[in-house]
Amino acid sequence: MNTEACQDLLFRMADDELILAHRHSEWTGLGPLLEEDIAFSSIAQDKLGHAQALYTILHEHFGQADPDTLAFMRNEIDMRCSHFVELPNGEYDFSLIRHFLFDAAEYMRWTALAQSSFEPLAKLAVKIRGELKYHVYHAQTWVKQLGAQGSEESHARMQTALREAWPYALGMFEQTDADASLIAESVFIGESEVCQQWLAFITPTLQEANLVLPEQSEPVYGGRKGYHTEHLQPLLTEMTEVYRIDPSAQW
Amino acid sequence: MARMISLDPRVTRMNIDAESAPELEPKPELDQFQTYEVFHQAKTGAHHMHVGIVHAPNSDMALLMAKEQYGRRGQTVNIWVVNTRDIVAMATADADVFATTPEKTYRDVGAYMVRNKVEAYKKQQKEGQDS
Repeated sequence: MNTEACQDLLFRMADDELILAHRHSEWTGLGPLLEEDIAFSSIAQDKLGHAQALYTILHEHFGQADPDTLAFMRNEIDMRCSHFVELPNGEYDFSLIRHFLFDAAEYMRWTALAQSSFEPLAKLAVKIRGELKYHVYHAQTWVKQLGAQGSEESHARMQTALREAWPYALGMFEQTDADASLIAESVFIGESEVCQQWLAFITPTLQEANLVLPEQSEPVYGGRKGYHTEHLQPLLTEMTEVYRIDPSAQW
Repeated sequence: MARMISLDPRVTRMNIDAESAPELEPKPELDQFQTYEVFHQAKTGAHHMHVGIVHAPNSDMALLMAKEQYGRRGQTVNIWVVNTRDIVAMATADADVFATTPEKTYRDVGAYMVRNKVEAYKKQQKEGQDS
């Protein structure tokens, strides 16, 4: 197996989960409803768990550092997350749209990974299936609620958020040099295939939500190669602040 | 300056002058969503048990919220939600209609001495085996 390619895939996925988990967790205590505050925080926690599981595979199968070090001690340029997850939360409409677009992609990705020739990934895919299904269910319900059953304002906000998120969402599927080898070795179906499945998956929900799919626009790439938005470094600084004070501390 | 003390430590840390804080506007009545009663099923085939309520604008959202509030701790296989308005209840003042039951113990399940019979039967079976 091409271990470089496999690690590239694992880092891309893990870093997306870690950074989005942090963004989601910024809503804790500030959510629009008590029940939703708890639900969204819980989803953030799940994402952090997925990141940890992926870093653990990197540690156990590829000799990378332990999960905490991978999560908290790497420099910005070594991060492989997409620009989409780095963007600040904005208002709840944007956070919900991002949650919907990201989790739908994640669902497609992990559904494909259940068939991966790399067994640790295939096993993990089966283990977290229920969580992913719930995340998609949560996102779909909210998007339909605010798009089709809310007010004129909620619909307009969701449509605007969708338009703003769109080029970044397409950027999630940035291909790397690893893709060809991952496909050839049946580790993963590749970004362009996942993107096609994702479009087919989100379109009916957006229609039900009376939301119009934005025109094809230029995807925002760079994250998978270590080029990031101005928002990532402040996030990393904040996220790792406590860890860096004493990396050996036990919790 | 009198410092504002809040239950939320983040507010307390902001060092807000309590005297300069504007008066809280009274909340309009019924500014919350309606409530839904939540019923939780722990195992397939078990009864759904009432566990509490959630606030939600409609049943889809109620189910979504109930999943997280009542399904994330302990085993859950299913959840029901029912709009609180759809619950038909007796008046609290009518609790006395049940008052005659305590003295009629023959109506209680506990009054059936089936346990004694079961144990006598088990004992008999065991003795039969021993002999």
